[in-house]
Amino acid sequence: MIPAGFEYHRPADIASAIALLQQHGDEARVIAGGHSLIPMMKLRMADLSHLVDLQGISGLSGITIGEGSVSIGAMTTQNALITDAALAEAVPILREAALQIADPQVRYLGTVGGNVANGDPGNDMPGLMQCLDATYTLVGPDGERQVAARDFYEAAYFTAREDEEILTAITIPIPAAKGYAYVKQKRKIGDYATAAAAVLLGEGFASVAMTNLADTPVHSDAASAALAEGDVEGCVREALQAIDPQEDMRGPIAFKKHVAGVILRRAITKAQERAA
Amino acid sequence: MSKMHVKLTVNGQEVEGLAEPRTLLIHFLRENLNITGPHIGCETSHCGACTVDMNGKSVKSCTLFVAQANGADVTTVEGLVNEDGSLGVIQEMFREHHGLQCGFCTPGMITRAHRLLQENPAPTEEEVRFGMAGNLCRCTGYQNIVKAILASADALNAQKEAAE
Repeated sequence: MIPAGFEYHRPADIASAIALLQQHGDEARVIAGGHSLIPMMKLRMADLSHLVDLQGISGLSGITIGEGSVSIGAMTTQNALITDAALAEAVPILREAALQIADPQVRYLGTVGGNVANGDPGNDMPGLMQCLDATYTLVGPDGERQVAARDFYEAAYFTAREDEEILTAITIPIPAAKGYAYVKQKRKIGDYATAAAAVLLGEGFASVAMTNLADTPVHSDAASAALAEGDVEGCVREALQAIDPQEDMRGPIAFKKHVAGVILRRAITKAQERAA
Repeated sequence: MSKMHVKLTVNGQEVEGLAEPRTLLIHFLRENLNITGPHIGCETSHCGACTVDMNGKSVKSCTLFVAQANGADVTTVEGLVNEDGSLGVIQEMFREHHGLQCGFCTPGMITRAHRLLQENPAPTEEEVRFGMAGNLCRCTGYQNIVKAILASADALNAQKEAAE
């Protein structure tokens, strides 16, 4: 379980990191917490010869709560999301989801930026960011641009991020909705979701997204619209239409659809209780 | 691949060495420094036997390159003994409450429990179980591990009170 050799870089600023990506092209990868990348490197499924560690770049981590939105630096760890009291007040669904990711040791190093940028359909934050209608900040050779989380995911591990860009921050509008829930079914601690659902629910408003039930996270406008009108059955029906789970070691397609329905209903019930 | 010069603090001692960047922290600790408390269990960041404390965080040293740990402050189970070399409180409580059978997971358990109790000095049983969820034990069924950690919390708190 030893990865292939590589050259290690720890740039001190973002411009140097981008220069390394430009210089080495697809031979280079950035590393944040490394808890998705290092296992892939050990299995020799990630092939790279230059590793660009972002830990030396200041200003990439931290949580800023603004007037109507929250900004989270990409290098902010899952543990930092869990322990930030002001964030738990402003966007409590983030803490609820982060507590269900992996285990304590992984959450100390795993970052929210890595979780959303990797494009792994099993990661929890992409679905949640779609539910919250978050925006990602990408910095590349031509400067900075913003991409909506709902436009970011193209296929498993394929995203709108260019090879020479680095995802530096996430901006989340503070939800007016009081009701929220992130509910996840997993076989054991540390596992990815068999199915997970993120729900926001307020007066005449709802947002519904699902995790690990297609090759990208799934946000359903139709399911959200149905739930906004109080139509739970319609919401579940629309969400189950929108997903496209594949058979794997977590079960066959019919089972996953069944679990998706159960989990979404639980999330809706929890969100309704909190909204009341 | 050329080796890089790494320098870190391990159990209070400054250490240096040459290592390929791909060297995992667990291998550097065990093979370069002969610190064999942290164990290699699954090597896939599931089991937690390799847990060490790095800059005040519990981390799985099998999922961290030594290059990333360059400059860090690392504590292993060896660093949790008392100044006179006798067993530290958590180590003693694991012995007292029989919080181990084969002992393979124990260094990771104790190192993780150390950080857990630093952050939450009076945890409930549920908080202990949640906080220890990244460490697997295939012998004990966890009962005595949880008991040992709860007893450690009491003992550490009594120690603190006595000192005040």
